[in-house]
Amino acid sequence: MLILTHFLVLSAILFSISLAGVFINRKNVIILLMCVELMLLAVNTNFIAFSYFLGDTAGQVFVFFILTVAAAEAAIGLAILVVLFRNKRTINVEELDTLKG
Amino acid sequence: MNFVTPDFMPAMPEIFLLSMLCVIMIIDLFLKDESRGATYVLSLIALIATAFLSFSNFSTESITTFNGSFILDPMATILKIAICIIVVGVFIYAKDYLKDRNMYKGEYFTLGLFGVLGMMVMVSAGNFLTVYLGLELLSLSMYAMIAMQRDSIVASEAAMKYFILGAIASGILLYGMSMVYAVTGSLDLATINKAVSGADRVVMSFGLVFIILGVAFKLGAVPFHMWMPDVYHGSPTSVTLYIASAPKIAAFAMMYRLLVDGLAGMQADWQMILIILSVLSMVFGNIVAIAQTNIKRMLAYSTISHVGFIIMGVVAGTQAGYGASMFYAIVYAIMSVAGFGMIVLLSRAGFEAENIEDFKGLNQKSPWFAFVMMAIMFSMAGVPPFLGFWAKITVLQEAVNSGFLWLAIVGVLASVIGAFYYLRVIKAVYFDKLVDETPIQASMDIRLTLSLNGMAILALGLYPTVLITLCITAFTRAI
Repeated sequence: MLILTHFLVLSAILFSISLAGVFINRKNVIILLMCVELMLLAVNTNFIAFSYFLGDTAGQVFVFFILTVAAAEAAIGLAILVVLFRNKRTINVEELDTLKG
Repeated sequence: MNFVTPDFMPAMPEIFLLSMLCVIMIIDLFLKDESRGATYVLSLIALIATAFLSFSNFSTESITTFNGSFILDPMATILKIAICIIVVGVFIYAKDYLKDRNMYKGEYFTLGLFGVLGMMVMVSAGNFLTVYLGLELLSLSMYAMIAMQRDSIVASEAAMKYFILGAIASGILLYGMSMVYAVTGSLDLATINKAVSGADRVVMSFGLVFIILGVAFKLGAVPFHMWMPDVYHGSPTSVTLYIASAPKIAAFAMMYRLLVDGLAGMQADWQMILIILSVLSMVFGNIVAIAQTNIKRMLAYSTISHVGFIIMGVVAGTQAGYGASMFYAIVYAIMSVAGFGMIVLLSRAGFEAENIEDFKGLNQKSPWFAFVMMAIMFSMAGVPPFLGFWAKITVLQEAVNSGFLWLAIVGVLASVIGAFYYLRVIKAVYFDKLVDETPIQASMDIRLTLSLNGMAILALGLYPTVLITLCITAFTRAI
């Protein structure tokens, strides 16, 4: 039988993986974008679990909005990535160091 | 279950702005490049009309509509008018800069207006959902605006950095919101406020920390400030103008809505966290700014220190404290838009006046704009009789009144350190030899707006009572 804790642990693990991915990853900007998406999915899991166990639909409505915004965000992120690649010819995180100080 | 049609009137300015935006986007589609001015003029008209509609919508009581997810109170009205007026200034400054750099496209204005819509929704948000949607509408517009200069390496890098960090911040904010939702069972800020006292303290504090982290990122408070210097420096000045001014007002409103409207019952907990953020921002911002030679970076660090002051007003935790903080946010936006306006004024096609050296001997070139620059810098440093002085003193006063004397002392010491780098710019303007002999090429409308902006800093500084009382009564009357 699945209880609330199972969902919370799952989402906490997903959230930690995504945060760790952002900070540990030094190679590829696309992986950063994937981490950001994973983070939003972790939040969605949380909201749906709470919404189900509280018997309140507002949380699920929120998830729909988060999904839509996440799609828009991914589109803009990839567009910026294309611009960046055209200018720098690389998407290596370590080489994003023109701005310093 | 019956559906009740919500009262649309309180949201009239937003609805109007959105309709105007759709019209502007369609018109812009059919315009040739040489008649792009129509988009610009229409955007200005839309903003002014929105400000006017917000003004006519003013109510001394707090009205809620859309099932509590939209709040119209005096604070919201004043901030909306301030946001619209400041963005009008931004657009006027930006126009020639964009033309000179071949970026004079309709997208700048439509994205800018979408950002304004997002800010207005944030300011009026009464629900986690509206806070989040307003925030994302603003952020997504800003990411795209920064990346608009497509052939610039620094701009695309700044856009990428801002995008990644911004997306993480909203993810963290959402995680906090989900925790608060778990223990209160509601997304509505007013309902959450009632449920806080009976809720589980541990989960609540857990959610609170995540929410504050998201807010601190949007404000740019230390230690979540890493994006600000890079983004301010990397984006084209026309976009920096936008990012550095109005969104900070909206971020203040978001902080107020989430922490005071929603989590007032946790005041003792968030006060502690905000004190740390405030002290770190004021001290760190002012000290690091001294080392900067690029004026856009310097202003970014100066923004960080101003954010420390804005937070200090909220730390005070009284109605008057929030009022002082709101006053500071508006004053900051006025000063910041003028400061970046100066950079635009001195820049021309193929030349960016973004180093402090470029301001050397400005007095020989144009005594009037040297004076305006002096007004801006003195105001940011907090020298009387300029506007920035009153902003600092009201916030400090409220901090002392609430018993945070040591916090006020830290604030004063930090501003003394900060005065150094502002004075350095004034020294360059008045006492250094002219380096760049080319006369100022900015057009009449920029000169006029910048003069008005500089005069506003001086005039509002000489007669500050109106604006201060307006801000403070906005809170005392609402409750």
